[in-house]
Amino acid sequence: MTGSEILFLLVALLACGGAVGVVICRQVVWMAVWLMISLAGVAGLFFLLSADFVGAAQLLVYVGGTVVLLIFGVMLTGSAPALKIKTSVAETLAAAGVGVLLLGVLFATVCHVNWSGAAQTVSSELQTNRSLADSPLENGTVGPLGLALLGLRADRSLADRAAPGSAAGYLLPFEIVSVHLLVVLIGAAYLARAKRRLARESTPAEEVVS
Amino acid sequence: MMLLAAHNLSEFFRETCRFPGFWPEVLAAVVHAVLVAAFFGLPAGVFIWAERKIAGRIQDRLGPTRTGGRFGWLQSLADGIKLLQKEDLIPGDANAPLFRLAPYLVVVASFSAYMVLPFSDGWVAVASKVGVFLILALMSLEVLGVIIAGYSSGSKWALFGAMREAAQMVSYEIPMAICAVVPIVAAGTLDMVELGRMQTGGFWNWLIFHDPFTFLAFFCYFVCATASCKRAPFDLAEAESELVAGFLTEYSGMRWSFFFLAEYASMFAVGGIATYLFLGGWDIGLPIIEALGLKAPGASSASIYLANLIGMFVFLAKATTVVFVQIWVRWTLPRLRIDQVMTTCLKYLVPISCFLFLGAALWPLAMAAGGGRSHWGDPPAVRRLDSASAVQPVQTPLALDEQEGAGRRSP
Repeated sequence: MTGSEILFLLVALLACGGAVGVVICRQVVWMAVWLMISLAGVAGLFFLLSADFVGAAQLLVYVGGTVVLLIFGVMLTGSAPALKIKTSVAETLAAAGVGVLLLGVLFATVCHVNWSGAAQTVSSELQTNRSLADSPLENGTVGPLGLALLGLRADRSLADRAAPGSAAGYLLPFEIVSVHLLVVLIGAAYLARAKRRLARESTPAEEVVS
Repeated sequence: MMLLAAHNLSEFFRETCRFPGFWPEVLAAVVHAVLVAAFFGLPAGVFIWAERKIAGRIQDRLGPTRTGGRFGWLQSLADGIKLLQKEDLIPGDANAPLFRLAPYLVVVASFSAYMVLPFSDGWVAVASKVGVFLILALMSLEVLGVIIAGYSSGSKWALFGAMREAAQMVSYEIPMAICAVVPIVAAGTLDMVELGRMQTGGFWNWLIFHDPFTFLAFFCYFVCATASCKRAPFDLAEAESELVAGFLTEYSGMRWSFFFLAEYASMFAVGGIATYLFLGGWDIGLPIIEALGLKAPGASSASIYLANLIGMFVFLAKATTVVFVQIWVRWTLPRLRIDQVMTTCLKYLVPISCFLFLGAALWPLAMAAGGGRSHWGDPPAVRRLDSASAVQPVQTPLALDEQEGAGRRSP
């Protein structure tokens, strides 16, 4: 076992332990703390695999964003009912079913990939296209990720790229998702403001009644 | 001299000292961690003294004058010893494990930012190709510790402070990140060492003078960074005139001092990020290093080491200047109200930063269309090619193998 394998094992155990902690805990705050540990562990795994960009995005979006909002929500909702979560048997069974299904899908995917063959294709492709996208191991994954967004996938051969339908890239889905998020944001802001406006309009009426 | 010539520390341990297996990496990691820890602790000691002195001068006082001589040099050390001796209190209503965890979270988040902060050309513990993005992500984790501290204290003052901090941080991260992108658009890299290399050769190469948008983005970034360090006029989380001490109300002794260790360290880190994004990194401002030929191709490793050492002091001076301005602002401007803080961010800083980002994206196109140059100095693309042709060690994020440790220890 090399040093990096031992580190990988430790960080993976941390991520899994955090995930188990989220499921076992009953208090929302502790769930958030375990979730933070688990997500930070996943970010650590990305760093160990030289995927700096994805790891940093994981930290920024999930640990620095989602968990902060979660604890913020817990603070706002206050004490008694929201602090502890009790799950019924039906909920536990449904969650277990979904979990097993997800595990099955992931396991099937992992088994279907020809890992040694894929690695060889990627490395040979990267050597031929060095000017296009630098080797991810030496120069990080930012360049290849950005090019893939525009439809230039570093792990595909030139013939594959020329085939119709393969060169679309991920720019359009990315834009659709971001517009969708913007709609959600504006909708949330509108709902929050509409309630306040209603309250303000109703105050003079109440004064008249009283 | 073998140590100077080696590309990185783990290589030195493996090839010169002949350590077996993974011990070279472990030893190199330990040396890096100790050096980074030293640079993490140093700013707190220096800046707490500086804060007292500058505050004193601004308020027409002398500040510390007795501890350790005429200028009170040892004031920070005396503070530290006093804090060590204080009783470690945990309130009865507090969530004790979380209450204990929070200061460490804050310190770890601030400390990990120092891992990717270069101190000179190649003197960095973890050289990452996405250094700027990574350091901003790591610094954003600090808020988590503050929120947990406020929540777990079991006090309403602390809870209010933590809620303000959460709202403030989540808002100010947006304009800060957009402002950080403006010089990145001009430079075309997220690597902090690469950013530093691009800006060498004189102050006209600094990214702040690249175009009008980066110039304005610097000031926008500085405001957001001050807010992200929860420094006055944005110290709503603490707000001692309204909230006792905000999220710090229930903390005392060493745990309390950890929050301030992290605060001063992240002030310096923020100054360091600003230095690499806008103020030329380790560049002196005039092409002195280039004129002396210290880093010319074929220069001896000792002269490159000397140039890097000078660069480190230049970088430290620049980052310290940014921190000085933060201290100066704190003792000059009054604290904003929380609604004013949010208005400043959402109604002013976010639109301004979006405008600057758009301008920075369109600037090269406009310049190219006008047939002029896209840069006030040399175009960065040309210098990037120059620096790319120089010898560079393979940079992987985990290997912890840059030259920082190699340079600092005498052979």
